[in-house]
Amino acid sequence: MSPQPSPDLKQLKRVANALRQTILKMIAKAGSGHPGGSLSMVELLVGLYWHKLRHDPKRPDWPGRDLFLLSKGHGCPALYAVLAEQGYFPKDELMTLRRYPTKLQGHPERWSVPGIEIASGSLGQGLSMANGIALADRLDGRTRRIFCLLGDGEIQEGQVWEAAMTAHHHHLDHVCAIVDANQLQQNGPVNIIQDIEPLPEKWRAFGWHAIEIDGHDLAQVVKAYDEAETIKGKPQAIIARTVKGKGVSFMELNPAWHGVAPKPDELERALKELQAAV
Amino acid sequence: MANQATRDGFGEGLLELGKTHPNVVALSGDLEDSCRAVAFKKTYPDRFFSVGIAEQDMIGTAAGLAIAGKIPFACSFSQFVTGKTLEQLRMAVCYQQLNVKIIGSHGGLSVGADGATAEALEEFAHMRALPFMTVIVPCDAIEAKKATITCADYPGPVFLRLGRAPIPAITKESDPFQIGKAIVMRSGDRAGTFIAGEEVPRAAERAADDVTVVACGVMVSHALQAAEQLAKEGVGARVINCHTIKPLDRETLLAAAKETGAIVTAEEHTVLGGLGGAVAELLAQTHPVPMRFVGVQDRFGTSGDPAELLKAFHLMPEDIVRAVKDVLRSKPNSLSSSSRH
Repeated sequence: MSPQPSPDLKQLKRVANALRQTILKMIAKAGSGHPGGSLSMVELLVGLYWHKLRHDPKRPDWPGRDLFLLSKGHGCPALYAVLAEQGYFPKDELMTLRRYPTKLQGHPERWSVPGIEIASGSLGQGLSMANGIALADRLDGRTRRIFCLLGDGEIQEGQVWEAAMTAHHHHLDHVCAIVDANQLQQNGPVNIIQDIEPLPEKWRAFGWHAIEIDGHDLAQVVKAYDEAETIKGKPQAIIARTVKGKGVSFMELNPAWHGVAPKPDELERALKELQAAV
Repeated sequence: MANQATRDGFGEGLLELGKTHPNVVALSGDLEDSCRAVAFKKTYPDRFFSVGIAEQDMIGTAAGLAIAGKIPFACSFSQFVTGKTLEQLRMAVCYQQLNVKIIGSHGGLSVGADGATAEALEEFAHMRALPFMTVIVPCDAIEAKKATITCADYPGPVFLRLGRAPIPAITKESDPFQIGKAIVMRSGDRAGTFIAGEEVPRAAERAADDVTVVACGVMVSHALQAAEQLAKEGVGARVINCHTIKPLDRETLLAAAKETGAIVTAEEHTVLGGLGGAVAELLAQTHPVPMRFVGVQDRFGTSGDPAELLKAFHLMPEDIVRAVKDVLRSKPNSLSSSSRH
């Protein structure tokens, strides 16, 4: 329940590897979904759920819990896998992803399963909700932290920058944005579709404390979450440099794997690669 | 009593909620003065959030406040708070079934001189198509205040459409107001009696009505004036104040269709998909009767004095009278063949 002071990084690495396998099996079974952006965010979730987040899977509605809001909704297979692994809901539900009548919608539905705090899928909206929660918490004297995970393509949405201004204006230091900068969006590299760099400078210019890390290095991920928590008076943005499709050689940095499910032989190859990497 | 805008009624209601409902908060995108939320802002500064001229973020922030247990009132011009934000209202508010109240001031032509870009004329259609959204259009400031106070305890998303221009008071403080319950404002002219404000007219009066005018917002006032004129000409017009467009009061409307056999709807909104559309959808499936639709004819607004624009856009009492006479010609056993005319 309370964050572990020094996480066992080797163990977390094994957890991340197992989650990647689960994610691919889920998407393959569903026959559709977004493997690339799910695989890129795995360590970011592991660092949160196994280290930083004050939460209790047995009491998902515990009012004192820290909140995780997934704004890049298409990455939800990764979140579902994490929540099931943590015991929020039975793991056998994972294989119902995207198939009627499932609780695991193709993009998250609020509280369809315990631990899904917001709906997402229409990009750009999560950070505004994080701010609203933080404003209410301040009125009510709650001190929980609110984490919001965004995609790098997603922050092309103007609402994200409206929200960035709001968080700064209201000094919402309980809000921590995590940008999964996996370099690709649906139709190609982010810098070709519409360049969003320089990311840390942009967030700093909007009044945020920016931390740039390798988003697959669990030591850096954990350290960034710890550092962010110490910042007072301003919101924090963790710019996580990641690889879309991370962990599966033929998916890595290949835009074709944005929104396509692996076929049975591709799944087999991917799982073999991941198993060999443990 | 002096004319008062529905936005003023909202402002009074919000201030009162500040006192009675500690969980009520308000947001605005730099239009709190126009929306009459300034009194609340001054009295409860901690519970008012300025989010800049950024309506999409305002709705998302309101959703977050609601997630954390607040009852946020998000205020802007009706066009901007429903138009720019349709996607946010759809996913963050309605799909999540959150307790967010959307306050659209300056709706319809009443914004007047500002012209087409600020004149919301399509938002009933947009808002009522959203699952879980409730749509309320008060007919005067008194009703607007009641609607504001009532909607705080009505769980889920509510859109309240308000006007800028002062309009006559046609309801009383003591009149009942219930979301989803239309009010019969006038009935029984031809039975030699006149009743106002009663929810269910007496049988004899009901039977004597020739036609029903279903209206919302400022058009309720115009419908009452039209009924006055029609009464002089021997036509009994029932007037229904349909302040809640969604959920529609099926019972009252269905009774009106059955008892009067002809319906005219009147709204300060496009004739596409608003009050008229909602009533037609109901009656087409239950009790089809001839209908006419008084509203804006699939066009944008324009600059001008609000009163002048209501004339130019054919939203006046005489336009309702004309529509009534027209629909009566389509009514089976039409009045044109009756001895009364």
